[in-house]
Amino acid sequence: MPTPKAALSPLAVLAVLAVTGPARAEGELNALVWCDHTDPALIEPFETANNVKVNLKEYEGTAAGMAILEQSRPGDWDVLVIDAVDVHRAVEAGRLAPLDPASLPQADLFPELVMAENNQVGGKTYAITEKFGYNTISYDRTKVDPADMEDWAALTSGKYDGRIGIYDYYLPVLGLVAVGQGMKTSDINAATLPALRDPLMKLRAAAKQVSDVVASQTALATGEVDIIVGGGEWLTAVLAADNPNLDWTIPRQGGLRWAQSIGVVQGAAHPDLALKFVQYILSPEGQARLATSSCYWGMPTNTRAGDVLTAEQKAVLRWDQQPDYLKRAQLYPIPDAATDQAMQDLWTEMLNQ
Amino acid sequence: MATLAARERRLGWGLIAPALVWTAAFFLLPFAAMLALSFAHMEGRAIVSGLSLDNYARALGDPTMLKALVNSLEITAIVTLVSVLLAWPLAATIAWTIPPRLQRLALLLAVLPFWTSYVVRSYSWLLVLGKNGVLNKALIGAGLLGEPLQLASTRSATVIGFVHFFVMLLTLTIYANLVQLSPNYARAAADLGASRLRVLWHVILPLTLPGILTGAFLTFVLCIGDYITPQILGGNTELTLPQLIMLQLQRSGNFPLASALSVVLMAVVTLAYAAVARWIRLDRL
Repeated sequence: MPTPKAALSPLAVLAVLAVTGPARAEGELNALVWCDHTDPALIEPFETANNVKVNLKEYEGTAAGMAILEQSRPGDWDVLVIDAVDVHRAVEAGRLAPLDPASLPQADLFPELVMAENNQVGGKTYAITEKFGYNTISYDRTKVDPADMEDWAALTSGKYDGRIGIYDYYLPVLGLVAVGQGMKTSDINAATLPALRDPLMKLRAAAKQVSDVVASQTALATGEVDIIVGGGEWLTAVLAADNPNLDWTIPRQGGLRWAQSIGVVQGAAHPDLALKFVQYILSPEGQARLATSSCYWGMPTNTRAGDVLTAEQKAVLRWDQQPDYLKRAQLYPIPDAATDQAMQDLWTEMLNQ
Repeated sequence: MATLAARERRLGWGLIAPALVWTAAFFLLPFAAMLALSFAHMEGRAIVSGLSLDNYARALGDPTMLKALVNSLEITAIVTLVSVLLAWPLAATIAWTIPPRLQRLALLLAVLPFWTSYVVRSYSWLLVLGKNGVLNKALIGAGLLGEPLQLASTRSATVIGFVHFFVMLLTLTIYANLVQLSPNYARAAADLGASRLRVLWHVILPLTLPGILTGAFLTFVLCIGDYITPQILGGNTELTLPQLIMLQLQRSGNFPLASALSVVLMAVVTLAYAAVARWIRLDRL
């Protein structure tokens, strides 16, 4: 007989209610992905070549992805796309299966994007970096002085008050605030976080809005704001054709590098097909399509994608400037649970100022 | 006789059983889960079952969270009031000045914006209210403004987006109430010497109170629980309670705190219902 506590166990009730597992038929692959993977131009060639249907579920934020996996049955998901800095978190939760490094094109990747410290745990490879880019400053070069955009301090100088939008994602923006203060993102922890409070609130005071991707793009494209903090090629590339004045740069203090990894889910129903999907995404053709996805653009990690991308696409992605950019960009902060909560609390406080 | 009564009772239960099962499966059970989860807590990134009141203490004690609740209440109150003030004359115009055969068409036109996606409509308002948007360009072009109004990404934009939506809803409930009123009430008042204004204020308006309060309550419930409009149009310049709940769900994975905040939100809605329950007449809709 269950005890009252057991009968009321929220997780037990949730388990009964959870219907998050995707429907699946034979010859179908279930992938938990970011929105750039939902572009038919990327997925259809794989489906056609392998005569399979790829079921895609889009999620935003590692916490949401982990919650979906937690509430699913083993075998529900085959492929997981995840923030590269969170691969360890997924491995520790038992969500990713080890991969055979020999089956992956590691040697073709930009050396900085192998990210073994992120994609490997205990000497085993669990994921491979599939796309990357920068969280830095996007701006309209006809409205602001491009020279100012080379210095983070210019944003809070008063000159651009009310003309700034902030990308609504606490991790990169707090990382950028740290970079602007001369702090390394890897040094952000519960003890150092209070030092970021004032600069963050100062930036908030100078900003007109804090918004998601679409609202940030809309604001920049319509002239609602002239600068987006946290932007980069991923924000402006899809607007470049209609708005050639939109630009992005990495200030001299530096910017942040985002990277997303892909892996096979532990207990996947179709592990071989899942690996094949990962290999397709990492192929030069898959990389070029992923890099120019209709949802957002980003740099391919496989250098051989340069043979497939057009000159125009490479220009928008700043292909030739990558060696310099990679040197000046730091990785996302990787907070422990307590620091993560403190960062989110600070972000929430900032939103409600 | 007793057998017949028992059979009727069984039939009665049989008829309402689907509704009861539906309510139990899709309201009571999820609500029980949410309530139970609100007493759990987080250890690192894991949810631990328990009977802690910490989430409620935080929901009602943390200044940021309290401010979000106050923001929600303020915005909802403004939206409800403005929507009622706009919807009543619109409903009265349709009910009293448009020929009955054209009233259905007029109502259809009034609710036309319902046909577009809620998200698309919100983003469209962003384009209308923007610094270089349609509204500012029109006002500057007409010489009424020198500098563009700062409307997008403000509370005003959130209110405008909401009001656009809820005026339609309130128009329907008030119209339904108005067309059921016998004209004899107004005639009797006029016969007794009441002016048109007094008839409107002392006779018609009180008689449309059920329609107003039903629509106002629906507006209150839908508005206070919405996070898309403040998210898109408000530009995150202030947080509302639903936005705070979404932050806990999407960003933190803090389901217990999100559940506690949701219970607080439900409590507010319940209080609002208790305040107007005696006037709400869903049968008038």
